[in-house]
Amino acid sequence: MSTLIKTIVISICVFYTLISLAESDYQKLGKKADHLSQQAHWNLTILPSGEHLPKGSGTAAQGAKLFALKCAGCHGSEAIGASAEPLVGEVGSLSSDYPEKTVNSYWRNPTTLFDYIRRAMPINAPFSLTHDQIYALCAYIFNKDDIFLDNVELNQDTLPKITMPNHSGFVAIYPSQN
Amino acid sequence: MTDSTSTNRRQFLKQASLGGVLAGAMSLPVWASQTQAQFPDTLPEWMRKPGDNFSNYGQPSPYEQQVIRWISANPDAPGNGVSWTPLHDLQGTITPNGLHYERHHNGVPQIDPAQHLLLVDGLVQQPLSFDISSLLRYPMVSRTCFIECGGNSNSGWKNNPIQSKAGYAHGLVSNAEWTGVPVKLLLEEAGIKSAAKWIIAEGADAAALNVSIPLEKLLDDAILALYQNGERLRPENGYPLRLVLPGWEGILNVKWLRQLRLVEQPAMTRDETAQYTELQADGSARQFTFVMDVKSLITSPSLGMVLPDNPGIYQVSGLAWSGRGKITRVEISADGGQTWLDAKLHDPVLDRAFTRFSLPWHWQGQYAILQSRASDETGAVQPSRSALIEQRGHHGFFHYNAIISWEITESGDINHVYAD
Ligand code: HEC
Repeated sequence: MSTLIKTIVISICVFYTLISLAESDYQKLGKKADHLSQQAHWNLTILPSGEHLPKGSGTAAQGAKLFALKCAGCHGSEAIGASAEPLVGEVGSLSSDYPEKTVNSYWRNPTTLFDYIRRAMPINAPFSLTHDQIYALCAYIFNKDDIFLDNVELNQDTLPKITMPNHSGFVAIYPSQN
Repeated sequence: MTDSTSTNRRQFLKQASLGGVLAGAMSLPVWASQTQAQFPDTLPEWMRKPGDNFSNYGQPSPYEQQVIRWISANPDAPGNGVSWTPLHDLQGTITPNGLHYERHHNGVPQIDPAQHLLLVDGLVQQPLSFDISSLLRYPMVSRTCFIECGGNSNSGWKNNPIQSKAGYAHGLVSNAEWTGVPVKLLLEEAGIKSAAKWIIAEGADAAALNVSIPLEKLLDDAILALYQNGERLRPENGYPLRLVLPGWEGILNVKWLRQLRLVEQPAMTRDETAQYTELQADGSARQFTFVMDVKSLITSPSLGMVLPDNPGIYQVSGLAWSGRGKITRVEISADGGQTWLDAKLHDPVLDRAFTRFSLPWHWQGQYAILQSRASDETGAVQPSRSALIEQRGHHGFFHYNAIISWEITESGDINHVYAD
């Protein structure tokens, strides 16, 4: 090849490389995941409306037995707190000099309790409970402060209808004063 | 070396050798009388034998073993707790990866990146999953910013000042360069439906931690971080993938991220209702307090140190940061807030990142109270403790950003006090 031709070939190569660099954006590598979205283990978050609550049911009496077995070691017998937070009592204490934030005194939505127990408790064995057991534990905790009745089944219809004592106690800072 | 000094040195050597010839051995300088090239008593051991071999991953000097995170965990649930960054032992602004603060709700998962997926779904045109090897091929951005736990400094709400070292009371905040994919790219790839206003982010740890985050923030400057200070994330900081939301409360920077679900309304999860909300005196609670407000801390001198010289000159040095923007000013007082002087802000002063400040202080041995007060570019000024408590009460637990006071006694000891 003559020097001239070589130069021309090289320049063309360089030219095309530059063009392709400049045009290269990025490759969209997400994979369609409609099937995952349908699966229970990708739908762990329960919304305040009750959406994503699973089937199942339990009563306070059943929950009391389970609580003694699986929870009282850390949350105390009767759920009044030990190495881990108290979960019941102190309703109405929030504006006092000694406020106690328990599930029943402070939590905003009943759905949060099911959501949280299922994903995180008992802390030494997460995802070890059945849905019936979780409903029973929720019924036990709510029943301690008469937020939910004895001998009534807590399930995906009755749980979201519970109104927590502190339901309207929260002031959203975002977006107004963020 | 400049010309004139090298000339001087040559002249000096010449004269020395001349001197040797003229005056004879009697006046040889001490160094010239040494006959053997050994200095067993005078040179340190590490100059007289080869040093250690290379290492695949370097560790701090064994003489720095006291520079550690301070751990406080629940004995019945040892993966639940925090570890504080030793801010009092560090300089500059970047927190070394092994010392970044930790808050775990149920331990540090050891995630195999080959088995980890991120699912983007909910109110999108097309739910998508991304594996880590794909994410590593996206265009990346780097951002140096602090991450601060909403519960940092929360002993400040208590009536008695805690006597812990600076980092062990205020070090649930760290500063790193995070590198990864803008969240916006993946959300746009999935196609955002107009009804979407929030995103529920969920982690793949044994707490499956979930929180709701405004979509607006994720489209603004949120990063799906893969790298921390140049290397892949540490397991305790979310390996293989975490959210980084510059300036926003630590809990929202979800580690071990597995899902981003677009929704209309927040989910009211435990960690945005029962926790990370601030109870006020009237019984109502502030919720969704996302931004970490302007704050500063003198790291040296600070509790646990002693001023050795009286009188003496000390470089008062510390860190300032704000979740709202750049730090514009840090003032220092040595008399408990009666008079203030501007400290020097060290470059670089970055948006929502640690800024190092310093000011030399001539201590004359008097009783003193050292304080720092930061301001940011939005005009926000770090409040006094009494002003913060006046506004929020004693039971807020989260978002404590008041001025921090170190008492210097006449003997040079340092204590934590409430001075305002
Ligand atoms: C080994 C100890 C342990 C056991 C057993 C345990 N928990 Fe917990 N629990 C904890 C700890 C620790 C926390 C705090 C977690 C955190 O801060 O992230 C907690 C938090 C909670 C909370 C949230 C409290 C709040 O106010 O935020 C609820 C509700 C709860 N546990 C319910 C249960 C139930 C129901 C069981 C039994 C099925 C159970 N726990 C068993 C240790 C335990």
